[in-house]
Amino acid sequence: MANNTAQLQEKPHPMEDILRMDRMPHIWCSGCGLGSAVTAFVEGLKKAGVSYDKTAIVSGIGCTGRVAGYLRLDSYHTTHGRAIPFATGMKLANRDLTVFVFSGDGDLFAIGGNHLIHAARRNVDINVICVNNFIYGMTGGQNAPTTPLGAYSSTAPFGNYEMPFNLVGLAAASGASYVARWTTMHARRLTDSIATAANKKGFCFIEIISPCATVFARKNRGGTGLDLLKDFQARAVIDHDADPTKIPLDMDNEIVCGEFVNEDRPTFWENVQTGIKSRLEKFVNWEEMQSNSRKIFHKKDRKYTSSRDFNLSGAIHE
Amino acid sequence: MRFWEKPFGKEKPKTICGEIHIINDRCKGCSFCIEYCPRDVLELSKDFNKKGYHPPVIAKPDLCTFCGLCEMICPDFAIFVTEKEEE
Repeated sequence: MANNTAQLQEKPHPMEDILRMDRMPHIWCSGCGLGSAVTAFVEGLKKAGVSYDKTAIVSGIGCTGRVAGYLRLDSYHTTHGRAIPFATGMKLANRDLTVFVFSGDGDLFAIGGNHLIHAARRNVDINVICVNNFIYGMTGGQNAPTTPLGAYSSTAPFGNYEMPFNLVGLAAASGASYVARWTTMHARRLTDSIATAANKKGFCFIEIISPCATVFARKNRGGTGLDLLKDFQARAVIDHDADPTKIPLDMDNEIVCGEFVNEDRPTFWENVQTGIKSRLEKFVNWEEMQSNSRKIFHKKDRKYTSSRDFNLSGAIHE
Repeated sequence: MRFWEKPFGKEKPKTICGEIHIINDRCKGCSFCIEYCPRDVLELSKDFNKKGYHPPVIAKPDLCTFCGLCEMICPDFAIFVTEKEEE
């Protein structure tokens, strides 16, 4: 055993090229599922074949909001609940980017609920990954809009009386192009799902159910993170044809997982293009205007070079 | 009779073996890898690491089939598997 331990220190972890190793070890508790979600995300990006230079990740506030800080991508840590407006602006300004929003249920559905449903309604071409741990973890276990009926929390000592949100149902009803739900235990299926979302046009929403050992399990006598994971394994059912609006989450019944919606709808940018084209076609040459608009490059004077310059070199130096 | 040139059992079928690497001081002792290893290669160590957790230890190194599930499920990026080279 001693030899094994000595030998392993020489080889680096395969994810060290994409993690910010100066920030490791991360602050997430023992038994938290967020690290598994990050691994699945990175593996999904590798599987999708997306260039790291053209991938941006946006996070809000919370335990999950720290994901952006730990990844060596173009990462942005935004104000509370405003990750999706930021990502929308970034995607519309630079359409070559693959934009991911990686945030928690409190950030995306409590304070940022409106932004999510409107981004889904417009079908902006961003991918939203929501890690759902049923509670506000970082602030000390207050009642969240996803806390199941009857569950205990810091602000609900006699049990929660409010009906929770059904996240996949909300996203599907708002018009998302791709809706999936997995737990952190379904590591490989989650990886495939993220790879699908990275290459898909339109608003993609993936809900990841994650154990919160420190707060949610302590309040509800759920045991350790491993016990919660075993509970997910016992309750999880995979049904791709289920109606996402009819599968709410609660404390006892089964967790229906799967890819519920996978369809192609015109994205926001395509609709903008169609609308402008129909108005302006009488007055200007549309193709010429398109080619001119791609030549506008306001970073001409910058001193550094990025790997992206080689692809667009023709456009820059004209 | 080409079939009988190489009788069964003469050449050992090639099996994929994995080599597990554990970064002890990064582990937080959640024991996800121990529970979800399909062949029960790992078990909980009796020693403590720098943080005071019990990291996993490789109990049956020959059984590992390089499935990589421990690497996928580890929340602390503390375990990874490489394919063992043939001698």
